Amino acid sequence: MILKPNLEDVKIIGFYLSKVILALGAAMALPMALSLILREFSPLADFAIGIEISLIIGLAMRRICQTDKDLRWMHGMIVVSLSWVVAMLIAAVPLYLSGYWKSFLDTCFDTMSGFATTGLTLVQDLDHMSYGHNLWRHLIMFIGGQGIVIVALSFFVKGFSGAFKMYVGEARDERILPNVIQSSRFIWLVSLVFLVLGTIALGVTGMLNGMLPFNAFFHGACIFMAAFDTGGFAPQSQSILYYHSMAYEVITVMIMILGAINFRLHYHIWTGNRKELVKNIESRALFASVLITFLIVAAGLSESGVYPHASTLFRKGFYQLISGHTGTGFQTIYAQQFLVDWNDLALVGVIIAMALGGAACSTTGAIKMIRLGIISKAFMQDVKRILLPERAMVEEKFHHIKEVFLEDKLVRPALIITLAYIILYGAGSLIGMFYGYPFLNALFESTSAAANVGLSCGITAPAMPAGLKITYIVQMWAGRLEFMSVLTLLGFFVAVIKGKR
Amino acid sequence: MMRCAGVIIGAACLLAIKAVCFGQSITSSEIISQAKALDGKDVAYNGEVIGEVMQRGSHAWINVSDGANAIGVWLPVDLAKQVSVKGDFKHTGDMVEVLGVLNRACPEHGGDLDIHAESLRIIRQGEITRCGLTKDKKDWVIKLLGVLAIIWILSLLKTR
Repeated sequence: MILKPNLEDVKIIGFYLSKVILALGAAMALPMALSLILREFSPLADFAIGIEISLIIGLAMRRICQTDKDLRWMHGMIVVSLSWVVAMLIAAVPLYLSGYWKSFLDTCFDTMSGFATTGLTLVQDLDHMSYGHNLWRHLIMFIGGQGIVIVALSFFVKGFSGAFKMYVGEARDERILPNVIQSSRFIWLVSLVFLVLGTIALGVTGMLNGMLPFNAFFHGACIFMAAFDTGGFAPQSQSILYYHSMAYEVITVMIMILGAINFRLHYHIWTGNRKELVKNIESRALFASVLITFLIVAAGLSESGVYPHASTLFRKGFYQLISGHTGTGFQTIYAQQFLVDWNDLALVGVIIAMALGGAACSTTGAIKMIRLGIISKAFMQDVKRILLPERAMVEEKFHHIKEVFLEDKLVRPALIITLAYIILYGAGSLIGMFYGYPFLNALFESTSAAANVGLSCGITAPAMPAGLKITYIVQMWAGRLEFMSVLTLLGFFVAVIKGKR
Repeated sequence: MMRCAGVIIGAACLLAIKAVCFGQSITSSEIISQAKALDGKDVAYNGEVIGEVMQRGSHAWINVSDGANAIGVWLPVDLAKQVSVKGDFKHTGDMVEVLGVLNRACPEHGGDLDIHAESLRIIRQGEITRCGLTKDKKDWVIKLLGVLAIIWILSLLKTR
């Protein structure tokens, strides 16, 4: 029997949602301050309106839903899934007011893309956008990469037992440190240290490339946030192609890979355990997967003949591949070139890389390396079982921070989530085809959205059908949260309608 | 099949030759979609200079947008110096006409699709964009501030 949620359930959810809304309003102060310093008065007003709306809604909800009760699993999951929707709407306000998006739906598409660290965009005339709005776009990615709810709670709540439920709800099922709030703060520490280093590296490179110092460091900070959080937004419409710089490409590849590594692995490397990087199943799976998918891409590009020189083939092929594999979405080619110049084999290589993604407990989306490793090990175990005598004991183990025996209780969830992703990629492709796009193009864009990548072959554009925009928003949302909290929310709505008191 | 491809390539080449001979520029979308046919050929391309002029030794990069895409243009510093206003939030950049060689995958620049400019002409000087605060937005800021003050006072009263 399904129980109908009571008023207290709604109040608990509303109370924690209000904290997330207030935190978002506070975050808008940063681009607002930049707009004030740079005397961008129209953007300044956009952020003032955004902050006011956040505070009005946040304060009202906090007052109405005031409660001291702690969260249960259901509440935590629903707070997470709703927070992402509410954040999408609130963050869209200042961007929509800028006039750079055709409709509020388009703006919501971009804010969900930002929070989910996807990078697909429907913005128009990006090259004339203000610094303030551009900073907000990239800040959204930085916040989304760490996890919206965890960001809010790690700074606005001193500690409570419900935190782990939300931490899990945001697709972070591995604790780095025993306490979730400490884990979140470690993630912030790593991110901020790399933010400083990455911005300096990109800023200096930008200056050596002929950019003005302020622009070089502004772009450096934005590109770092988009690369480390494997997001893929960029301050200019040409993405990384704007810079025409190999050094910029090398640095962004390094940052993208850092962003695709498990934060637990970061912790072990930080604490001196560098051997973990070599032994870890995720590092090994990522290395093997990059190698195999790059061979596919290289074979495709070689056959297409678009890059006659090996060095250019490697530079273009490897960059798009790493960008896709880490779920970033930076491009050094034009979106249309995927269809015009790249052949089907090269596209399939990138699609496989996008579908697999980076490490668990990182900022990437998609199936993830830990699941790929576990499924591969399980497959090998079953092959051994067939080949060896029936009475033989076949044990398989893998190294992920510690030695772990492969058990069915690990394989089952890995297979279920992998299957869920494959269904999500397929469903988006079907809807794309329903709107008249060819199969491979629809699969490319759908995988890019659901795996939170952001590479585009040209389908994502302001003129695309509204139904497809909504499809990709749902894919980005469900893909980022890894289904569980989204399914809990759907269950909650079913319980509201069909449940018994 | 081969014959059909030949006809398409031939038509694209004619289009490119026509564009240059008659000073008719081609669009960025045409450049990207017909890059194979236009590779190594002279093209004329018009658009607004956006971002920055990035000097690299004796040459520089500019990015020229026709509204659909921005194409990278590699040109000698002397030509780049003609560009005085670059497009950004507060400026509409110079509108330029670039004549140069199109590279589908430039071997000199890591496979970029770019134009190596031989000449550059300013068609229209860039200008400062008026992007001031509208009265509507100002009114909304004040109205919402009033609502926020009321909500805040009410929440304080209820707490007491």
